[in-house]
Amino acid sequence: MDIFCKSITQIRDLIRSKKVSSNEVWEYFVKRSKRYNPKLNAYVSLLEKQSNPIVKRILPKMELWGIPLAVKDNYCTKGIRTTASSKVLDDFVPPYESTVTAKLKTAGYELLGKTNMDAWAHGASTETSDYGLTKNPWDLGRYPGGSSGGSAAAVAAYMVPGAIGTDTGGSIRHPSAWCGIVGFKPTYGRVSRYGIIAMGSSFDCPGPMTQSVEDNAMLLQIMAGKDPYDATSSPVAVPDYRSEMKTKRKLKIGIAREYLKGVESDIQMAFENMVDVIKKMRHSVVDVSLMSPEYSISVYTIAQRAEVSSNLGRYDGIRYANNRGYFGQEAKRRIMLGTYTLSHGYYDAFYKKAQKVRTLIKENFKKTFTNVDLIIGPNTPVTALKVGEFEKYPFFGELMDQLNEPASAAGIPAMSIPIGLDSRNLPIGMQIMGNYFDESTIFNFAYQIEQETNFFDVIKKGREKYK
Amino acid sequence: MSKYTPVIGLEIHVELKTKSKMFCQCDADYFGKKPNTNTCPVCIGMPGALPVPNRTAVEWVIKIGHALNCIINKHSKFDRKHYFYPDLPKAYQISQYDEPLAEHGYFEIQNPKTETSKKIGITRVHLEEDTGKLTHTGSDTLVDFNRSSVPLVEIVTEPDFDNAEDVKIFLEELHTIIRYLDVSDANMEEGSMRMEPNISLMLVHPPSSGHPLPEGGHTKDLPFEGSTLKGGGMSRNLPNYKVEVKNINSFNFAKKAIDFELIRQAEILNKGETPSQETRGYDDKRGITFSQRSKEEAQDYRYFPEPDIPPMVFTDEGIENIRKTLPELPHDKVTRYVKEFDLKFEDAFILTRSIELAHYYEEVLGKLRKNSSQLALNRSLEQVTASDIVNKKIVTTIDSNDFVETFIKLHKMVEVDEMKLTEVIKSIIKNNPIQVEQYKKGKTGLLGYFIGQVMKEMKGQADPQMIQIILKTKLQ
Repeated sequence: MDIFCKSITQIRDLIRSKKVSSNEVWEYFVKRSKRYNPKLNAYVSLLEKQSNPIVKRILPKMELWGIPLAVKDNYCTKGIRTTASSKVLDDFVPPYESTVTAKLKTAGYELLGKTNMDAWAHGASTETSDYGLTKNPWDLGRYPGGSSGGSAAAVAAYMVPGAIGTDTGGSIRHPSAWCGIVGFKPTYGRVSRYGIIAMGSSFDCPGPMTQSVEDNAMLLQIMAGKDPYDATSSPVAVPDYRSEMKTKRKLKIGIAREYLKGVESDIQMAFENMVDVIKKMRHSVVDVSLMSPEYSISVYTIAQRAEVSSNLGRYDGIRYANNRGYFGQEAKRRIMLGTYTLSHGYYDAFYKKAQKVRTLIKENFKKTFTNVDLIIGPNTPVTALKVGEFEKYPFFGELMDQLNEPASAAGIPAMSIPIGLDSRNLPIGMQIMGNYFDESTIFNFAYQIEQETNFFDVIKKGREKYK
Repeated sequence: MSKYTPVIGLEIHVELKTKSKMFCQCDADYFGKKPNTNTCPVCIGMPGALPVPNRTAVEWVIKIGHALNCIINKHSKFDRKHYFYPDLPKAYQISQYDEPLAEHGYFEIQNPKTETSKKIGITRVHLEEDTGKLTHTGSDTLVDFNRSSVPLVEIVTEPDFDNAEDVKIFLEELHTIIRYLDVSDANMEEGSMRMEPNISLMLVHPPSSGHPLPEGGHTKDLPFEGSTLKGGGMSRNLPNYKVEVKNINSFNFAKKAIDFELIRQAEILNKGETPSQETRGYDDKRGITFSQRSKEEAQDYRYFPEPDIPPMVFTDEGIENIRKTLPELPHDKVTRYVKEFDLKFEDAFILTRSIELAHYYEEVLGKLRKNSSQLALNRSLEQVTASDIVNKKIVTTIDSNDFVETFIKLHKMVEVDEMKLTEVIKSIIKNNPIQVEQYKKGKTGLLGYFIGQVMKEMKGQADPQMIQIILKTKLQ
């Protein structure tokens, strides 16, 4: 049975109908991962043995029974090294499991590997990882994007059928766009953060990175919900995403021209082409006016650095592997900046002001969503950059994430889907933003586009070199 | 000393005796446990762990706030207070900065000796987490996180004290209240109640002189504490330094440490110098304070709102519902006992020092009221019962029913043989001619002497009031 390019949903059905065994699936992906990882460096740790004890005992009734997934290396996995791609945590083996991976375990998944990322999730390239750069499967001379670059590359090269990432200011959406897959940052509080090594605590969102919308909805369904271990997780009921997704709804889509400024022409063209498709699908498309993304970048930069400086204080060398001398350049920069903005006399001018503007951004989105169901725009200003180009841009991460940060600052859900290739044959992503806790409408819309266009075969094309 | 007025404020920490810790499910009772066995990812600040606040602890702080006549804030939140120390696993303490649960209260202390009372301002009452514990052995320092994240209440008073005796009374009353509220063991020796007085001296100016001392002394690094203090509608300037004393583990030591400091500071001021702004420790064996660390430079704690915990919002109804759970507090009990039972202030005060004793008193009173017809008392039942307890005529360690039984035996009304009583009185008058003479000349105080003699003869089997009536007629 050839399972190449099969989605999680399809593999699940094959296992259930006994056309393939869970062991065969496991072996298949271990083999592929071992084959391509030396080239791509998508994993910090690749597991060679199945570790979920549930799978051995229970019949395959569960959704993810025997499905191998890759998890970003900032999720605590009990007994399995978790580094957040920083040497500071080089030998950290968590004694507990994050809520998300615990839920995946209960659903029967098998952890295939812990994926590479920017150290502490600081960046948009994986370049800041202490375990080497992950390469973009489309072009090994280019960045996969980040910070969840390992997860994106692993899915794009089909080393794994799906992966989990975290998105603080675009860290799921950005690499998903650059690697040409489906990546979703849900509403802040929709998924528990318990057990995820904190970056910007008021922004961090765990989310799925997949090859199809249905897989994405399936994983979010398992991950979402109130967690007694996370006080910021929401009690809002989780709807059945997949059943709500399949009734084709006619939606009112907003386009914010503010989000097209400074975007590469290839991306603009692909986006306009997509808008035509959407119109042909008889959704209504209207222009909306949003606050300029520039404000979000300022708010995000200040608040996130402040939280980073606080969250990284505990790595003092007393209890974990290495001392703070092992922090990389980017982490040090963020600690310094965050410490500064929180200092006496500067707090009001920076942090407090940023919080006020953040409230305005939230109000701006809330007001806009009284008029439209969704807002769409390009996901990144450029397609995957060449390795080394990162150094040309100060605040590289913020620049690459400028279209992603507004949704992060507001805490609304946003997805990146592939909408075509540029002239260099690199994938282009489109961002779909929705109202608070309205993941369902995003899934509904993205699923319709997938049905209509099959994402222009982008995902399939990305794997041609990995057959 | 008279040149100076002491300016003393208090910071008191009380560990709550909730079942679980402040932000996780570990046992809050860490005392005597093997080091680092009472911990989890949350209270040792593991990467990825998140705090979830303990609802009971929040409610208990609101209770304390009510008891200290505070305004309970309808909007409150937790903040991160950053500093590096090995006993602080996250490198920040979850505390409260500009929106404490309760603030702007006052507490009236009653001095049982002078029977006077005095209002002490309560700046704020907030909730935070305790730290781990360090043990220094030789060149090593050991860290025990068993205590890490135990709920801790911080009570800050205004610098309203001007003497050590009032501080001691305040602390004792606060201790009593905390015990009444049943929210902490408030055990000083085990460290579940700790206090740090801030002490300085202010030069007393003649009213005409308009030279306030430089400002900036009693300001902390907090926006809500000004450098001036409002007392009785007047605002006064505070000294430009303050000394904080730590490691005090009894109320007596608090008094001694303050008295020591007042003399030490006065000596420095007399030399024309200013005492240094510092933290001092107290050595109870030698009865002195000693310098621990200079506080010349204010620490920057980089407070910011704790992003892991949503802000807390309370309704008027919710706040009122918590207030309704408060027991009658010692202060009110004293007032009621004095007013309704006509008790001596001192007796009322003693009876209310522990809620257990006050309850015991009220319980036996209730039972005795049902038996009052059998009793012969020369004062009210409440007064006699109070006096028997205070003077330890009957111990309170026995079951309340046993107390009632003993009390009845002691104060039982007896059938008096009136004939015999008259006989005895007659013979007493006959046998004490000198005293009778003196009584008739106006020394009426001797009546007590005659009553005593009669009671002795009657072996206590007579009603003193009746004796008095008969005696008075016979002596005329």
